[in-house]
Amino acid sequence: MENKGKEVRNPEILEIEDIEIDLLLEAIFRKYGYDFRNYGKAHVKRRITHRLSTSGLQSISMMQQEVLRNEDFFETLLRDLSINVTEMFRDPDFYAAIRKDVVPVLKTYPFIKIWHAGCSTGEEVYSMAILLKEEGLLDRVQVYATDFNQVVLQAAREGIFSIDRIKEYTINYQRAGGKKSFSDYYTAKYNSVIMDKDLKRNVVFADHNLVTDSVFAEVNMIICRNVLIYFDKELQDKVIKLFDDSLTHGGILCLGSKENLRFSSSFPRFKALNEKQKIYQKRYKI
Amino acid sequence: MHPGAVVIGASAGGMDALAEIIPKLPKTFPVPVIIVQHISPLSDNYIATYLDKMSKVNVVEAEEKVKPVKGKAYIAPPNYHLLIERDKSFSLATFERVSFARPSIDVMFETAAEAFGIWLTGVILTGANHDGARGMEYIQALGGKTVVQDPETAEVDTMPKSALERITPTAVVPLKEIAGWLIKNIK
Repeated sequence: MENKGKEVRNPEILEIEDIEIDLLLEAIFRKYGYDFRNYGKAHVKRRITHRLSTSGLQSISMMQQEVLRNEDFFETLLRDLSINVTEMFRDPDFYAAIRKDVVPVLKTYPFIKIWHAGCSTGEEVYSMAILLKEEGLLDRVQVYATDFNQVVLQAAREGIFSIDRIKEYTINYQRAGGKKSFSDYYTAKYNSVIMDKDLKRNVVFADHNLVTDSVFAEVNMIICRNVLIYFDKELQDKVIKLFDDSLTHGGILCLGSKENLRFSSSFPRFKALNEKQKIYQKRYKI
Repeated sequence: MHPGAVVIGASAGGMDALAEIIPKLPKTFPVPVIIVQHISPLSDNYIATYLDKMSKVNVVEAEEKVKPVKGKAYIAPPNYHLLIERDKSFSLATFERVSFARPSIDVMFETAAEAFGIWLTGVILTGANHDGARGMEYIQALGGKTVVQDPETAEVDTMPKSALERITPTAVVPLKEIAGWLIKNIK
């Protein structure tokens, strides 16, 4: 008892770990092409040390050796480094704001291209498809749902989710201004729900890495929520420029509720449609 | 300029405990205060508004990329983890709950310990779980100060008690004296 909490950690070790992490990220980039070098370090370190503690490896340097020589280990670490926590109608107020502030704009377009960047397992893609269907827009959209992680992308493509969270999602759906019954959009089977196939009729799920890939289409709306928070300022700015280049004039940019354009050099090129929900519109005249 | 910070973790009963501490801090308090209070993921951040009205320091929600400054107290937003980068700026993250909590006190404390080292003071308050205990241990391991609310004065004593199971803190302080302790010991 006398010694509890008396373990002392030499701050010098932190410096060593910083170097090791930089080298590990460099190794990942050069060997596999995934670039985490401009991700926020606090989060990256947390994921790496978590994997270290369960791997039996002694140090981050040893992990680097393992990553370079063992592709399976790399795949595991890649999953650790990508965030796949998401839900249907996450932040219901955001979807309510889309109905109120964005749908009237979209209704003026004959055809609408939407890009979900960093779509993860697809919950938010299906949520948006439900909303668009209820607003009578689903027939005239083309949705590109992208992520750099093939595993989550496959899950998104399948559209099968655990039944455990359906109660929570139903509440979210209602709070988001849903017009029907949430159960109209899925079929329950054993412990899963299968989303209505009609919802993904106009959705293309594709591999795209925001950090290393470039513009692939001109779109009317981009939804990228809770992805930029993982990037440092420089990378945020680069990705927002990519969004700017991908959007038509008058195009809509939707960020996570705690993300904003304020620090970006593209800021003057946008105006807020709904500041609280972080919904922006690219100006017609710049 | 003092290079440190005070980090505070609270759960059940935390609103009242924070309302006892934060309003007593002078505007000239030499370091920023960073708070994780467990809260419903769907709540608006009324704690910041509520505490700000009664305090001399400016109480705001922690925003990503912002570097905390003295004269202000920052509250982690609901449903996001708050992390402190080594350059002392805030990061937010949505990864899975830690000890059933998002924001997690451990996550904020552990990253703050690495950012502020010996200049950090960690304070653990009332709560019905074990979040924060590991964070307090890490703060101590990196040479920071640790203050545990006297469990006798806590609305729910589980959280201060679990911190006391892991560490012998710098001080165990009754709720009403915590603000005074901080003012006296952080200069």
